[in-house]
Amino acid sequence: MRLGRVTGRLWSSIKNPGLDAQRLLVVQPVTPEGEDTGKPLVCTDATGAGAGELIYWVRGREASFAFESGEVPSDATIVGIVDEVHLGKRKAG
Amino acid sequence: MLIARVIGDLTATRKHATHEGKKLLLVQPLNLDDTPRGEPLVAVDSVNAGMGQRVLLTQDGYAAFTSVGLGLSPIDAAVIGIVDHIELSSAPVPAAGPAPKKKKKQDAHQG
Repeated sequence: MRLGRVTGRLWSSIKNPGLDAQRLLVVQPVTPEGEDTGKPLVCTDATGAGAGELIYWVRGREASFAFESGEVPSDATIVGIVDEVHLGKRKAG
Repeated sequence: MLIARVIGDLTATRKHATHEGKKLLLVQPLNLDDTPRGEPLVAVDSVNAGMGQRVLLTQDGYAAFTSVGLGLSPIDAAVIGIVDHIELSSAPVPAAGPAPKKKKKQDAHQG
């Protein structure tokens, strides 16, 4: 899984039936320090995350396993809302 | 699998039901020379790994969720071992360096 921040929401009227009732959120991947890394992407949501929240998301086939039906055609799903990140000492150098 | 170092952990109250009671670690994948290999990841812990330890990381979903005793779950990375020791038969190749050249001479073309 990777860390990200919810930066937006996407609506789609015409979509695969498997995506009906799914919230689609725009996520900016971030580092454990909270800095942006890489490009934003669209994720389905299994948690009820909202704008600005730090989340972790799963990608690949496992993204569809977040939903009971297992028939949601998603390759990226938010699976947790992060309360706190604890970082140990980063290795010097 | 990859070698990684545990650099932290995180807590999440609202999360997928299958993640309840699972320890979530922040791990930095490593090259063989201990340099970072890509971005840090969130991985579930199946071996009770500790901060700073070098661990074995799988990024295959099936391996990851079976390692923590689950069926099909939205988990794509897990720590599945703690590295005691790695022995290499030769020095590790630098991360972005060129492949080692073979002994055959290839400079005959351009004298």
